[in-house]
Amino acid sequence: MITDTTSRNTMTVNFGPQHPSTHGVLRLIVDIDGEIVRSCRPEIGYLHRGLEKMFESRSYRHNIPFTDRLDYLCSLANNLAICQAIERVGNVEVPERAKYLRVLMVELNRIASHLVFLGTFATDLGATTVFLYAFRERELLLDLLEAMTGARLTYNWIRVGGMPADIPEGYGERVIAFLNQMRPRLDENDRLLTHNRIFRARCEGIGVLKREDAIAWGATGPVARGSGVNLDIRKAAPYEIYDRLDFEVPVFDEGDVMARYKVRIEEMRQSARIVEQVLKTMPEGDIQTKLPKIFKPPAGEAYSRIESPRGELSFYLISDGTPNPVRIHIRAPSFIHLSLLQFMAKDIKVADMIAVAGSLDPVMGEVDR
Amino acid sequence: MSVAHSGSADARRSGQFVGVIFVFIVLLVIAAVIGHLTLPGLAPVWHFLGAHPILNALVKAVVYVSFIALLVLFLIWWERKFAGWLQARLGPKHVGPQGMLQTLADALKLITKEDITPAVADRPLFYLAPFVVFVPTVLTFMVLPLGPHWIAQDLNVALLYVIAISSMTATGIMAAGWGSNNKYSLLGGVRAVAQLLSYEVPMVMAVLSVVTFVGGLSMRHIIDYQAQNGWLILKWPLIPAFLIFLIAALAELNRTPFDLPEAESELVSGFHTEYSGMRFAFFFLAEFANNFFSAGFAVALFFGGYLGPILPGIVWFILKTFVLITLMMWIRWTVPRLRIDQMMGLCWKLLVPLSLVVFILAAAWASR
Repeated sequence: MITDTTSRNTMTVNFGPQHPSTHGVLRLIVDIDGEIVRSCRPEIGYLHRGLEKMFESRSYRHNIPFTDRLDYLCSLANNLAICQAIERVGNVEVPERAKYLRVLMVELNRIASHLVFLGTFATDLGATTVFLYAFRERELLLDLLEAMTGARLTYNWIRVGGMPADIPEGYGERVIAFLNQMRPRLDENDRLLTHNRIFRARCEGIGVLKREDAIAWGATGPVARGSGVNLDIRKAAPYEIYDRLDFEVPVFDEGDVMARYKVRIEEMRQSARIVEQVLKTMPEGDIQTKLPKIFKPPAGEAYSRIESPRGELSFYLISDGTPNPVRIHIRAPSFIHLSLLQFMAKDIKVADMIAVAGSLDPVMGEVDR
Repeated sequence: MSVAHSGSADARRSGQFVGVIFVFIVLLVIAAVIGHLTLPGLAPVWHFLGAHPILNALVKAVVYVSFIALLVLFLIWWERKFAGWLQARLGPKHVGPQGMLQTLADALKLITKEDITPAVADRPLFYLAPFVVFVPTVLTFMVLPLGPHWIAQDLNVALLYVIAISSMTATGIMAAGWGSNNKYSLLGGVRAVAQLLSYEVPMVMAVLSVVTFVGGLSMRHIIDYQAQNGWLILKWPLIPAFLIFLIAALAELNRTPFDLPEAESELVSGFHTEYSGMRFAFFFLAEFANNFFSAGFAVALFFGGYLGPILPGIVWFILKTFVLITLMMWIRWTVPRLRIDQMMGLCWKLLVPLSLVVFILAAAWASR
């Protein structure tokens, strides 16, 4: 890759695709002038697998496992999004209990995903110990998810029209025990990291994304909410049972790295609240609608949008009445957020660029598809 | 399930803690025995060696370098163990008792590893750099008073010598950064040199405060002064001097929150990115030897050096030094990293003026 150097004082450096801080195979082509980043261009495509094309040659149900490999830190959100699109185009009703189960699993997965963010982001800023604390919690959470789904990362656990199995016996108590253990540790993390003066000096006022820019560039999720945009699909266009649940959407107006960090930390607490309510109010009943072996939805289009840990995750699906979809398009939030980097990481220090990139929390599986 | 897991881990960890403390005590006992035996028992040998200047120097060099190597082996193990406990894990535990031989195994691996030189490296600089970093580190140990009789060369300008010699590592780091012909290395080298030179100023001012207080540059003199008047850390103008010294030492050692030259998330591993095998081991050795020296230097300046009741001097010295090193490790594994401008600002806008004030206060106190 050749970059024209704007002045003789700049040096072009590659951060990635093999670099300790680029969260997977992201490559940042950076022109630096001493310690100052003059331009930063994300280069993607190192994880491209052609998933959207692969969707077209497989039946609807066969496509669900592929979505695990999109945002691999929260695969259940992807499962949910594609299943919702398929259910919409095929007019499939989902039993009530299955909806509760879906929300339960997705919210647990959201906590796991944000814990990875917390660990990797702290490591980006040099606080290595927080990484191990975050992963200690995540490990217990993955145990819980494994007890339910049998997998620790790629769960493939949501089906068209319901869920494959009910929760195991005593699962609710285990989840509550975990949440009760996690909450004080989040407070502990606040004392260790959030209120740390060095951490705040590194995060406050860095990589500011203005409200107008966030809207203009299509930022969603924690990135938008860190910039004062009160947009959460769970509230704006409630799906499953979110309209019946009581939770708050954390919004911070500063638009800096710290705001995005605080949104995610607060979201973990809110997710814990949601999980508790779901466990308390879950009705008995069926978890799967009967569907034919070969599932052929009528011709048509459907669009589903959900709030994944990274932002608005959408699937656009076209069916022509055959067992295979004609086209599935994924609106991946990480992809859109990465495009923000080119102007957010401009004329700032190298260390700040790493912090800004980390605060966007991109997952390359979702960016490249 | 989860709760039961963490409970047993706690039990294991406390068991380990007892084991590690035991190992540490055994080491101290060995040091005490050696400290008692060496001089009276081996007096004729020392006398013979001392009479011959070259033999004398050689023996001292061998003793000191092996002492440093052993210390570093222990320090690396202790750092990994301590970091493990801070991070809710166990640290090394399989190789040898309590994992003590893990560092030895790592060192053996580094020796047998292929020594890779990048094709585009500036060879003379690349080859020399690790030793230019390592040698001054060893040289500084020459004036470190490990015990009443354990001081290789009691220079009358010891403090000046330490300040002069320890700045030489900057040359080696710059050479490594430039010679690797790697952009991360270059950035790391530039950062390291800027940092080393900046933090030299408050550090020297802190040391000078001690000098004005004591009225001498010799290590022996400083310890003798403390033997008569109590530890220097107890004299109030020197408390800020010690804090400035500690912060500057952390910066000189490239430890978090000042680990910018090897900031993993930014520069992979800074100036030693391209080094492997034994050359990397020398950087590593120098880093930990420097760590021990800085802590030992602070102990000699502020905490009475080898002074202490009952136990022999060297045991007191090592004990105090390890307490200080552990404090540095604690800081390292707790806080995030500063940004380059924040680090420079801290040095030039806060520490340098503060150290000047402390120096004036110390001088005023001393000339009462």
